[in-house]
Amino acid sequence: MPSFSHFFQTFISSKGLFLDATLLTLKLTIVSILIGIIFGLFFALLKISRIKILEYISNAYVFLVRGTPLIVQIFILYFGFSGIFLIPDFWAAALALAFHNGAYIAEIFRGTIQSVDKGQMEAGRSLGMTRGTAMRRIILPQAFRRALPPLGNQFIIGLKDSSLAAFISMNELFNVATTLGSNHFDEMTYLLIVAIYYLVLVALLTMIVSMLEKKLAISDR
Amino acid sequence: MNSREMIKIENLNKSFGSLHVLKDIDLSVYESEVVCLVGSSGSGKSTLLRCLNFLEKKDGGSIFIRGEEISPDTHNINDVRQTVGMVFQHFNLFPHKTVLENIIEAPIIVKKIPKSEAVDEARELLQKVGLEDKADVYPSKLSGGQKQRVAIARSLAMKPDIMLFDEPTSALDPELVGEVLTTMKELADEGMTMVVVTHEMGFAREVADSIVFMNDGKILEKNCPEEFFDNPKEERTKEFLKTTALK
Ligand SMILES: Nc1ncnc2c1ncn2[C@@H]1O[C@H](COP(=O)(O)OP(=O)(O)OP(=O)(O)O)[C@@H](O)[C@H]1O
Ligand SMILES: [Mg+2]
Repeated sequence: MPSFSHFFQTFISSKGLFLDATLLTLKLTIVSILIGIIFGLFFALLKISRIKILEYISNAYVFLVRGTPLIVQIFILYFGFSGIFLIPDFWAAALALAFHNGAYIAEIFRGTIQSVDKGQMEAGRSLGMTRGTAMRRIILPQAFRRALPPLGNQFIIGLKDSSLAAFISMNELFNVATTLGSNHFDEMTYLLIVAIYYLVLVALLTMIVSMLEKKLAISDR
Repeated sequence: MNSREMIKIENLNKSFGSLHVLKDIDLSVYESEVVCLVGSSGSGKSTLLRCLNFLEKKDGGSIFIRGEEISPDTHNINDVRQTVGMVFQHFNLFPHKTVLENIIEAPIIVKKIPKSEAVDEARELLQKVGLEDKADVYPSKLSGGQKQRVAIARSLAMKPDIMLFDEPTSALDPELVGEVLTTMKELADEGMTMVVVTHEMGFAREVADSIVFMNDGKILEKNCPEEFFDNPKEERTKEFLKTTALK
């Protein structure tokens, strides 16, 4: 184990690089979650469409994502995409993570949509709304609110998962840590440092999520 | 009553799987008539009401609304629903919208009425149900009776010709039942055509023009309140009235 003063000095001297990497990690996570939300909503709606073929497509997507390791998905999408289109590494990584997050977000949305009382749809329909209008105006706004806390948790998971983008040479937190570690023949120090960065980020996000939960609990019902 | 026939049901049948819930129902409801639907639990009252609003799909028979036979294959059910309002036992207010927003939602979104007009009408309706001071409150802040009166106002905002009520007071604390029944009575006095599933026999006796007794998916008896309560024809009706009198 490194001595504390050595650890502290290294922490200070490396902070420029790590802060840049933090920004990239956050950017990667935010973009992949936002795109993942679009994927998730799309596949959740397919799943509850009551149209068999669309349900199967949605199930297949969730099955594929849950049934294979994220690192395999990242490599397939990275090499697959860069073989066909020239997309920047950032977008290859963001899309791969979004594809992955989307499946979990689809399950979150499916759950919260189905948790909205079925009387809400009936009330909307009895007022002359189509199923689509009632879904958009009545059900989804309620489902979104309920989805916020689990989406926050998915964000935290997504943040940690984004470390795998290091393997397609994204200079996010984990990659910076391993690179600096091997350059200085001091892996353990840098790994401990990066662990602290992740812990602080996750702690901050956890606070935000629980604040959200409290706020929603107050305004709910 | 010689006025216009608002609802006519002919030979209506409905099953849930192997459970035959509505059996050869025939019923007419005339303009401004208040029909109370009574009967024991599971006799098919809600299902009949829901068929009238096409929330349940009938298996056989015909439903005429104002003389026109309505079927999901030939009609836009969403348009039909605008003329047939429905009030639910559990209110089903939209919890993410204020009282006012609950009321103006469908007129704006479905009927495409300008917002200012919808708001004016909504405020009048709120005044009518005695809740003008609750316009900007969320449903969670209302009592059950207030919620149900908002739900009635929300339905009325679509200017329906017919109002269906499915046990509108059954989920309420006893002391809140009266205010909702008063609102409904006012509506009846204004000439609204109403079909009301209820266990409130006092309301049925006072407000209904006719009472329909359902038993095991069939209409056993239809009569004016005096005859129905004081001189029931069927043995099952007598038994039913005895059990409700005990309550
Ligand atoms: N969606 C459904 N699927 C299967 N069975 C149903 C469904 N809805 C109602 N039923 C059954 O149909 C029968 C009639 O139900 P309905 O709700 O119309 O009765 P009701 O007269 O309104 O009773 P209550 O006074 O308890 O409200 C019951 O046996 C009920 O269990
Ligand atoms: Mg019922």
